[in-house]
Amino acid sequence: MSWLKSIAREVFGLFVDDLTFSGAILFWLAIVTFVLPRFASSRHWAAAALFAGMALILIESVLRFARRRPK
Amino acid sequence: MSLVLVAINYPHWGWTHIGTTVGAAFLASLVECVEALTVVLAVGSVRGWRSALAGAAAALGVLAVIVAVLGPSLTRIPLHTIQLVVGAMILLFGLRWLRKAILRAAGLIPLHDEAAAFAKNEAAMRTGITKAARGWDKIAFAAAFHITMLEGTEVVFIVVALGAGGIGLLLPAAVGATVALMTVVALGLALHRPLARVPENTLKFVVGVLLSAFGTFWVGEGAGLVWPGSDLAIPFLAGAFLAIALCLVPMCRLQAATVGESK
Repeated sequence: MSWLKSIAREVFGLFVDDLTFSGAILFWLAIVTFVLPRFASSRHWAAAALFAGMALILIESVLRFARRRPK
Repeated sequence: MSLVLVAINYPHWGWTHIGTTVGAAFLASLVECVEALTVVLAVGSVRGWRSALAGAAAALGVLAVIVAVLGPSLTRIPLHTIQLVVGAMILLFGLRWLRKAILRAAGLIPLHDEAAAFAKNEAAMRTGITKAARGWDKIAFAAAFHITMLEGTEVVFIVVALGAGGIGLLLPAAVGATVALMTVVALGLALHRPLARVPENTLKFVVGVLLSAFGTFWVGEGAGLVWPGSDLAIPFLAGAFLAIALCLVPMCRLQAATVGESK
């Protein structure tokens, strides 16, 4: 059954290889889904905020990696 | 033909949506199929083709059963729930691929080398194991089954995720993945060596961009947000993610060089 374990590990690895990065994505998704609609006057703004948050999380994570690991 | 039927039966999707789904599924599946082919070729060339091909075929059979069970059951779940859950999964998956592709393009993590992977697997198949003289080679069968299940699971997830956007999109996603599988199998049969020239990181870059765009769009739809331009927001999101990713590559190089100099 070791192949079953490695498949389970692989499936988990499909979504997570940097815990901070994946955690930040899920956190922002929760904010956008459950909190932002209560405050944003327009649902268009909430959609734009969803994209902007994802873009910022990607930028921060990539630049953090580059700072940590010089060539 | 099946795509024409989808376009006729579900006219609200339009060719832009169907084409993007087919293209994303094709490119993403192509990457996974190439990785599986490398290992199956290494196993087959060292330990014999019969057991290697049987292992790969058995795994494809198991995956087909999973799709047959999972696909129809998705239709019983409310669309908004699927879009939210699957959109979140695509975002985690797509942004992870995009992040890795940016770091690879910037030279911060090594590129995936199919020729090296083939040599490594070939050596592993030779070391300390005597080839079965007759009958089934369990090791070859298990190795081919294992890799096909691993990479195939990713393909199934991609197909289900891209098809989860709405009724009628599962078929275009499945068509894209099937064409990718057939392309890789045909090339493998013709060449009998790993497809080292496939620009894997470029493909992962493009697929990461597409999946991130789809994921953001589905989550927004699932959460009840309104996208300006409706479906046209998908190409806009893809363009925006692509522009950000392309800007990040030189920024990463610069950042790494600056940190390296200051140390």
